[in-house]
Amino acid sequence: MSLAECRSAGALEVKFVPDEDVLRHIADDAGIKVQKGKNQLIANPKRFVKKLEAISDDEAQEVLEEKSYVAVLGVCGEESMTNGSSVGGGEVYTFQTPKRSNKMAELASELAQTPGQSAVPDPSKCPEKTAKTPQSSKRSSSSQVQQKTKKNEFVSTTPYRLRKRLAAPDAQLESESEYSASCSEEEEGEEAQKEVSTVLSHQKTPAKTKAVSTPPSRKTLTKKKDNMNDLVEEYFEAHSSSKVLTSDRTLQKLRRKRLNQFLEEINCLNVAELQQTLHDLLQKSPLAYAAEIKELNQQYESLFSKWMLQLHLGFNIVLYGLGSKHDLLEKFRTSMLQDCVHLVVNGYFPSITVKSVLNSITEEVLDHIGTFRSPLDQLEFIMKRFKEDSSLELYVLIHNLDSQMLRGERSQQILAQLSSLPSIYLIASIDHINAPLMWDQAKQSLYNWLWYETTTFSPYVEETSYENSLLVQQSGSLALSSLTHVLRSLTPNARGIFRLLAQYQLENKDNASYPGLSFQDFYQQCREAFLVNSDLTLRAQLTEFRDHKLIRTKRGADGVEYLLIPVDDSTLSDFLEKEDEDI
Amino acid sequence: MSTRSLSKGCFVFKPSPKKRKVSRTTAYYFREGSSDLEDSELRFATCQSLQKQVKSETEQIEEELNEQLFDNLVSFLRRSHSAFQEKKTEWTCRTKSREIPTAALVLGVNVTDHDFTFRSLSEVLQNNVTPYIALLEAKDCPGIKNLMQKLLGQLMNCCIDVDSSEEEDYEHVSRSRVRCSMTTLINWYESATKRTDSETPGKKRTSSRHWQSPPVVVIFKDMESFTTKVLQDFVVISSQHIGEFPLVLIFGIATSPMIIHSLLPHSVSSLLCIELFQSLSCKDHLSTIIDKILLTTQFPLKLSEKVLQVLINIFLYHDFSVQNFIKGFQLCIVEHFHSNPLSVLCCQLEEAKRRVNSLSHNQCENVRRLPSFRRYVESQVSEKQIALLTVDSSLKEAVQKLLEDLNVYHENYFPILRCLHVFTSSLPKYPLGKQIRELHCACLENRVWETEEYESSLQLARMLNKSDLVTMLQKCVEILVSSPGREFDEIVEKLKEFLTQFQKLEEAYQERDESISPQKELQKKTNLYHLQKTLLELKESRRSKKLTKFEMLRFEVVDYIDSLVRHYLVPADHKTLHEIVYFNTASVLREHLNAAPRIALHTALNNPYSYLKAFSTVVTAAEGPTADAASSDQVDDVIHARFIRAVSELELLGFIKPSKQKTDHVARLTWGGC
Repeated sequence: MSLAECRSAGALEVKFVPDEDVLRHIADDAGIKVQKGKNQLIANPKRFVKKLEAISDDEAQEVLEEKSYVAVLGVCGEESMTNGSSVGGGEVYTFQTPKRSNKMAELASELAQTPGQSAVPDPSKCPEKTAKTPQSSKRSSSSQVQQKTKKNEFVSTTPYRLRKRLAAPDAQLESESEYSASCSEEEEGEEAQKEVSTVLSHQKTPAKTKAVSTPPSRKTLTKKKDNMNDLVEEYFEAHSSSKVLTSDRTLQKLRRKRLNQFLEEINCLNVAELQQTLHDLLQKSPLAYAAEIKELNQQYESLFSKWMLQLHLGFNIVLYGLGSKHDLLEKFRTSMLQDCVHLVVNGYFPSITVKSVLNSITEEVLDHIGTFRSPLDQLEFIMKRFKEDSSLELYVLIHNLDSQMLRGERSQQILAQLSSLPSIYLIASIDHINAPLMWDQAKQSLYNWLWYETTTFSPYVEETSYENSLLVQQSGSLALSSLTHVLRSLTPNARGIFRLLAQYQLENKDNASYPGLSFQDFYQQCREAFLVNSDLTLRAQLTEFRDHKLIRTKRGADGVEYLLIPVDDSTLSDFLEKEDEDI
Repeated sequence: MSTRSLSKGCFVFKPSPKKRKVSRTTAYYFREGSSDLEDSELRFATCQSLQKQVKSETEQIEEELNEQLFDNLVSFLRRSHSAFQEKKTEWTCRTKSREIPTAALVLGVNVTDHDFTFRSLSEVLQNNVTPYIALLEAKDCPGIKNLMQKLLGQLMNCCIDVDSSEEEDYEHVSRSRVRCSMTTLINWYESATKRTDSETPGKKRTSSRHWQSPPVVVIFKDMESFTTKVLQDFVVISSQHIGEFPLVLIFGIATSPMIIHSLLPHSVSSLLCIELFQSLSCKDHLSTIIDKILLTTQFPLKLSEKVLQVLINIFLYHDFSVQNFIKGFQLCIVEHFHSNPLSVLCCQLEEAKRRVNSLSHNQCENVRRLPSFRRYVESQVSEKQIALLTVDSSLKEAVQKLLEDLNVYHENYFPILRCLHVFTSSLPKYPLGKQIRELHCACLENRVWETEEYESSLQLARMLNKSDLVTMLQKCVEILVSSPGREFDEIVEKLKEFLTQFQKLEEAYQERDESISPQKELQKKTNLYHLQKTLLELKESRRSKKLTKFEMLRFEVVDYIDSLVRHYLVPADHKTLHEIVYFNTASVLREHLNAAPRIALHTALNNPYSYLKAFSTVVTAAEGPTADAASSDQVDDVIHARFIRAVSELELLGFIKPSKQKTDHVARLTWGGC
């Protein structure tokens, strides 16, 4: 903050501060809506006082500003969470920076604790956090001060802890060296914000406890305007920091023991079984609001015959909304379609393709034997058959039309053309938030959708049950176990080949642009290790690896073939360790 | 049979043949899903016939609209064709000129409507010009090879259609799939034309409607989406052979004709002899449709203001597609007949009267429940009230009368609306909207004469000049004379009277001698005091100045129009029984046609659901506040599983994606993600 600014602030102070602000200060503690302009004025004397009090060191002031800026961010974050349903998503979910998750965790831990407990977030609970970009900055410091000082004028806003930190900033940093700077800032932010929300307090513990009890709506009222300004800055803030630091801890660390335990217990190699366990576990925890959800579903079920009618009238139906629609569609199928030829497509199935959809129509529905040169030909054939024979009718149910495999432009085009046939009735569900972007005008008119919102709130059991679900797939232990299992069945030579590749990859793990080991080099190395005698044998071996998805090949820009093991480094080193033990 | 499998994702279910009885008809589902079972068959039949009517009507309108365009195209083809014929004789010309006659058809951005246009275009051409038409779409032609295949396939197939008796020809086609080149095309063309030339007279009859040596027309439906290379190659190759067979290209263009030049380099576009054709803009198209379908008494079903507004908004803000508009209208029809048991009366008046007689008791109760009918009952005398509410037969009688009233109301409404539109559409700034549909919406919404816009437009109308006023009155007379309304004779008389008065006024004006204007007097005065005095006098006199005859007449006209509006343009929902013919659940329409999946997700997630999930850790902590550090490593199985599921759900919904850079890390994708 510049001195000039302070000076001008001082000038203003004389003119405006006295009556109403003091009055307000005395009279209301429960938060009348404070206008922004007034805030500014109130802020000024405040700043002046603060200046007198703590200005001795300019640098300290800088630090203060920086930290309290974070306080503002904290305020916004908090607000966005509290201000309910009326606002659009952009405002409801302003997760401005990744440190939001920390907030959640903190809040979580806080909520979990009884109010009586000391509310100081234990630093040890706060894992490594996002580094603030250094320019997090003075530019919005003024707005921050406004907010802070709205109520507690003439009292230092500097939170107790902050002051403490100011006194010995270096020591603080040292003591918390385990965490990145933003961690402590974050806490401060929360702290400061809470102080704003309560009245006059510079002792932090009471502030905490009070904060819990204050109605959250007040904050939203008072800060709406500032919020807008901040939002703009925050946006650039969020997008300017190119490098977001995140924790290096992985779930694996947490889970290694557990999943190994899992694997040993049930000796499960395939994902399905693991999923089953998962599923079983979840079954134990009862679904909340089961009765309400059931009622909701019954409402949707009453629409079934209307759907049928509309399907027959040439529309196709798409279901959207939160919650798995699998069961709903399944029920629709069993109750309405028993006597009709119908095709169910599990879009979430990881290896589904349009080709397989078309194949099942030609082969099973139309009983056609023979192959087609391209999906387009096949489509043409189907369309021709359906046009010729008006008695042919087909209901197509697609769960997750927006799945990874079906969302491609060509797939959608083909499905849209299929659905435009008058005797093919399509009913599909979509879940992805951006699913409607798949369709341009042309496709949309081919589909001829009628949209139905069917928010079921039921868990996506089926949809997430295949291996493409994030955590299960990535869990290194699983990959590790499959690696060892597959490799155990191979010849020692083959294992040696794989080891070579793994070692080479580990050696290069720090090289971000490591393309993989080129085939020629690999062959050379294998020869030197007496593992293969011709590149043909190596190729045969590699094919086997590839079939088991142990390696991946890709062509570099120079046309050379590069080999990679698509497993993360830690798993790979675990694997090598294990192999060493075995030998 | 289950649909859960680890090995496949598609499941076909075929009921056993004996079980597969006659599949249920659409009517069955109509009945099943309908909220009220009354008269569902009849309703369904009415609905279907109405849909059919609307469909054929819209198609006819579209045909009429396209007629001009097609005529132009055909004459273009004729011109280019005759040029080819000439060229054929002059061998010297043939080697020189290699330009392909090309029609650039600018159709506008409403791509979805183009399909229909092209279909009818090819029909027209097929009937009048040539059997050899190929329709190409960009999605079928990723490469020149596919394009040629498609082209030959279509051309040769249509040849088979002409004389399907020849089996050998079919084989020829299947063989030619292997080699698709320009040479095969030319050979095919020569043989095809030769054959038709040497046909027996009996056969010739089929091809007589076509021209001699008919041109080959290749239509590129969506020129913009073709890759440059394919187009270039095709143009260059075919220009080499243009002398050997008459080829004409038609480019369907959605944006602007400039696109041809940006897609094709000069060397290629110079091979084309381009002529530009512009189709009617989609907005005009929509106006015509609304005019002919919604603003007539021809179709019994009417749309309420909100519904119409939704449909128009979808058109204007989303797709500009007339087809979609019609589709929306069709949906309205279905919804109306499906949801409203009384919609059985939504048909032509005579039929409706007949149906009233056969209404069941339940249906009578339904009528009594209508808010507009209750209002009507309350306005009656008490004996009548009792009769209406208790005796079905008297109710039926009343309903018949009311339906008749409603019909008369509509008969009068539309012509008067058009008359009002004549006035408002020529006012500056269009206070009541430029299009008649806007005026229509305004009239439906509430009493239009109570609105500010109407007030200001009346004021503006009072300032119209005479010639405008006269032409407007003449237009109104035309509209009223041509309309079927019964009460209009009087109005027409009155309007004609106004017209003759204007006529007289003109004559009188010419005869009137010019008195000395006060301004002239003003110039004479030189004295300042006198000047002031006269000016004051002048001011006085102006205030109390008598209106000229013309102004009086103008006021009279405007007042008369105003009285007409007040009498005839009463909003429909003030009319008794309007529920029967007006479809007014706009929300249904918006929900189904213009859905917002993101909003649905938002609202769903605004529930505590997500927080429940996100804070599942809270649950554990709350359950065991003394949870020690040792167990933090070994998270409870259930919580863990729930967490895994929550994360996979988030991924499925598209909120997060696995980040490639780090293990076990995800990146947020929506709502302010980085």
